[in-house]
Amino acid sequence: MTELRSLSQQELEEKLDDILCAALSSRRSAAAIAAGIAPLPRAQQDFVLAWAEVAAQNVAELGYQFTAQAPQALALLGRGGTEKWLLAALDAYDKEGLYPACAALKDLAGFKRRADAAGAGVALAEVARVLELFLRGLAGRRLQLEASDETWTDTGTIFLPERIARHSERAQNFRLYKAIAVHHWAQARYGSFNLDLAPVLAAYAVPERALAWFNLLEAIRLESQVGRGFPGLAALLAALRGELAPGLAAAQARLAHAESSVAHSVALLREFHALPLPEPFPYMGSLYPQRAAEVRGERIAKERRALYTELEQLRLALQAERPELQDGEAALEVESSFETLEFELQIDGEAVAPPEEVARLMRSIIQDFGEIPEEYLLASGPGAYAPDALAQGEDASGLAESRAEGGRLYDEWDFRRRDYRKDWCVLFESEVLPGDPAYVAGVRARYAGQIAQLRRRFEALRGEDRLARRQHEGEDIDFDALVEAYADRASGIEASERLFVQRRRIERNIAAMFMVDMSGSTKGWINACEREALVLLCEALEALGDRYAIYGFSGWTRKRCDIYRIKTFGEHYGEAVRARIAGVEPRDYTRMGVAIRHLSGILNEAEAKTRILFTLSDGKPDDFHDGYRGDYGIEDTRQALLEARQSGIHPFCVTIDEEARDYLPHMYGPASWVLIDDAGQLPLKTAEVYRRLTS
Amino acid sequence: MSGPQALRRLDADLDRIEAEPYYEPIGSEVALFEAAWKSRVPVLLKGPTGCGKTRFVEHMAWRLARPLVTVSCHDDLTASDLVGRYLIVDNETVWMDGPLARAVRSGSLCYLDEIVEARKDTTVVIHPLADSRRILPMEKRGELLRAPDEFMLILSYNPGYQSVLKELKHSTRQRFVAIEFDYPRADLEAKIVVSESGINLHIAERLVKFAALTRNLKGGGLDEGASTRLLVHAAQLMQRGVAAHAACTAAISLALSDDPEMLAAIDELASAVF
Ligand SMILES: Nc1ncnc2c1ncn2[C@@H]1O[C@H](COP(=O)(O)OP(=O)(O)OP(=O)(O)O)[C@@H](O)[C@H]1O
Ligand SMILES: [Mg+2]
Repeated sequence: MTELRSLSQQELEEKLDDILCAALSSRRSAAAIAAGIAPLPRAQQDFVLAWAEVAAQNVAELGYQFTAQAPQALALLGRGGTEKWLLAALDAYDKEGLYPACAALKDLAGFKRRADAAGAGVALAEVARVLELFLRGLAGRRLQLEASDETWTDTGTIFLPERIARHSERAQNFRLYKAIAVHHWAQARYGSFNLDLAPVLAAYAVPERALAWFNLLEAIRLESQVGRGFPGLAALLAALRGELAPGLAAAQARLAHAESSVAHSVALLREFHALPLPEPFPYMGSLYPQRAAEVRGERIAKERRALYTELEQLRLALQAERPELQDGEAALEVESSFETLEFELQIDGEAVAPPEEVARLMRSIIQDFGEIPEEYLLASGPGAYAPDALAQGEDASGLAESRAEGGRLYDEWDFRRRDYRKDWCVLFESEVLPGDPAYVAGVRARYAGQIAQLRRRFEALRGEDRLARRQHEGEDIDFDALVEAYADRASGIEASERLFVQRRRIERNIAAMFMVDMSGSTKGWINACEREALVLLCEALEALGDRYAIYGFSGWTRKRCDIYRIKTFGEHYGEAVRARIAGVEPRDYTRMGVAIRHLSGILNEAEAKTRILFTLSDGKPDDFHDGYRGDYGIEDTRQALLEARQSGIHPFCVTIDEEARDYLPHMYGPASWVLIDDAGQLPLKTAEVYRRLTS
Repeated sequence: MSGPQALRRLDADLDRIEAEPYYEPIGSEVALFEAAWKSRVPVLLKGPTGCGKTRFVEHMAWRLARPLVTVSCHDDLTASDLVGRYLIVDNETVWMDGPLARAVRSGSLCYLDEIVEARKDTTVVIHPLADSRRILPMEKRGELLRAPDEFMLILSYNPGYQSVLKELKHSTRQRFVAIEFDYPRADLEAKIVVSESGINLHIAERLVKFAALTRNLKGGGLDEGASTRLLVHAAQLMQRGVAAHAACTAAISLALSDDPEMLAAIDELASAVF
């Protein structure tokens, strides 16, 4: 192939005269421009001419500006970049007119800088998981991250920019993300909101200005607090904020002591509020004390209830162990440190290691209060489990008809009576209607890598060999048996002939029942994740060979409890099952107890040494209009799990619940359980949890 | 002296603990253990990996001046592996005590580490030893070993993330007094790291702080946080000149996870305290 020859300056001038004529004058000839383009290779010349034409179609002036700078742009940005540079200018022309468009073209250097920065930019989505894990480690409780136009925190969520491209290196941009996260975590950790700010601010002539000053003083205070435990983080914050102005340095000196609290910043505010405001530090955001106070308040209430329930169980366990405590209550005491979040729990003067959930709650409460308030430890408690009002006006009518339709009756536990309501629920079993037959293939394609990995890990489980000793035949001699036989013969006893060892696959002999929440509350994202979880689970289980069945559950009052077959123990994971997985969709309510009872029954009929009931749900049991909501449902679910356990089943619950976890330890008490606080983890996590449960 | 006797002698010597193993008491476990030993009740040690269970048992054996026999359980461990078997020496059959029988005869402490790993049918041979009978039937030999008062059985068990296939049977569990272990309080843990590695207290404290941060991730992506053992390892590396950050990565982070994002997060936590 021969290279096309470059156009001469003469030729170029002619073409440019054509394209740009309206922008040319006696003082502005095409000659100078042609001289710039002439040395370029032909391909680039053609590129410039083509785009000049496009630009000039809008206004000749744009074409002129473009061609004048094109050689420089090509050298700086390459063709792709030059194209973007021109398109940005055309965009500016459409939106703002000629003058800004020309300005945009002239600011080639600025464009280049921004383009570089964008390439080095970091999106929150890329780093969110690392930052979330990092924060969880720091905070000992979960802090969510969310992208937002404004940077701030409500103490439960930190809102950060969707993307940071301020620096020309990715690492620098990530550092800024990290600093923003640390600073906002520190607001919650070191108590920026542990004081009612509204009256404080209202006392100033310009409350907004006082708030901005408060924000700044707090930033200075928080940096030194952070530095006590985390020198690395304080160094990061200090590096980003740069040198402090003399006035602020004085404030820093006064806020740097160990005991300095939000009250000290408030006190300093009096001296500073009237001064001109300095630039905020790059990692600072806005403050919304009111909203932070609300979230903090909700968390406090929730954790107080949760702690109470947990401690109650601790007390009961203790009383069972030490009957002398039966009447008198065990006295609880806690010593805690705000600085380290450590605490020591004592019951009747004796230090006890608290269960993990208690420890987690205590650490969180200490962060919000500075200590565990004494009243939190009283046995009377806040009345967390005050029974709901009695379910009103239950009628028994309609049961007969339901039964005639093929329903099956089940008892239900009424915790207020401490007894079962006989034949209280009617349960119908039916098949899930098939959904999109291509659905499973799609999920398999999307998760191909993970599925391959899962299968390998599951195969490894199956592949465990065990040596069977004392066999009639086998690949190796069983020396123990041989020696024994020899010894027997020596002492005149008849010697055994079982002298070999055989490698054998371990018979896993497990049957697993998967019970999937199909209540209306799973609608959308959770349902999508559940279905994906089922696909991954099936793929993995097929590699393992455990017997398994999948059923969905939902319900609409006690007269209409539904169980949907997705896969029975006898069925293969074939077309029909796949289509049913695709057809799993949100229905009505969550009456869990009866579903557990029914499926436990089916599971107990399966031949297996180990039986596992694996429930997948999105939280609280709930039903329409007949009092299943609240404590009644929680207690019935708990009871059903207890029954399952007593029948020899291992119940295991996976629950997706992004907030309330106070009732979970109680409800799932009889089972083992895990909480998944982000439905997106469900698909991979479910299979992994099962693997570990059975390895 | 012929083979087996020499072997037996060697074993007995190995079982004895001459120098005091360093153990930092965390709570009342020493007193509890002593009380159990005096009452001839076996003990079950529960706790996460690397929190000092093995060290504690070694220390107690020394304290009570008893030999210590340790068996690490695995799923191929048979009853004869514990009790004993016949060997052939010079064309004659010779009985060889297993570690459990040896421990019973010598009035030792017998520590069965990670008992849930052993097969269920193996676990039951300890039952008659672990209740008031305190006997070890040796069927092959037709002998019934009666445990002397000094003998004590100790099991360890990590209740962490348990497989349903590896739950301790209730009939086993209820024969034992349980002592619960957890990672030591921060100041004690720092002291342990100092004693075990010789590192200065200031660095040990930071290591302990870092460990606490990783323990916060338990259940949120990690199965276990950094154990005391890992801190000791990191400190030992630092003592040999490895930089703090590199030592944390090598001895701690990489031992906790393979997930790159988790590792990045743990790394950031390390750089927060160092
Ligand atoms: N209380 C303690 N006193 C002294 N050293 C300790 C203590 N706790 C932990 N260590 C240190 O931690 C290391 C690990 O402890 P150890 O081997 O006893 O753990 P473990 O609980 O038996 O773990 P695993 O369950 O994995 O067997 C010890 O070698 C020792 O260095
Ligand atoms: Mg050990």
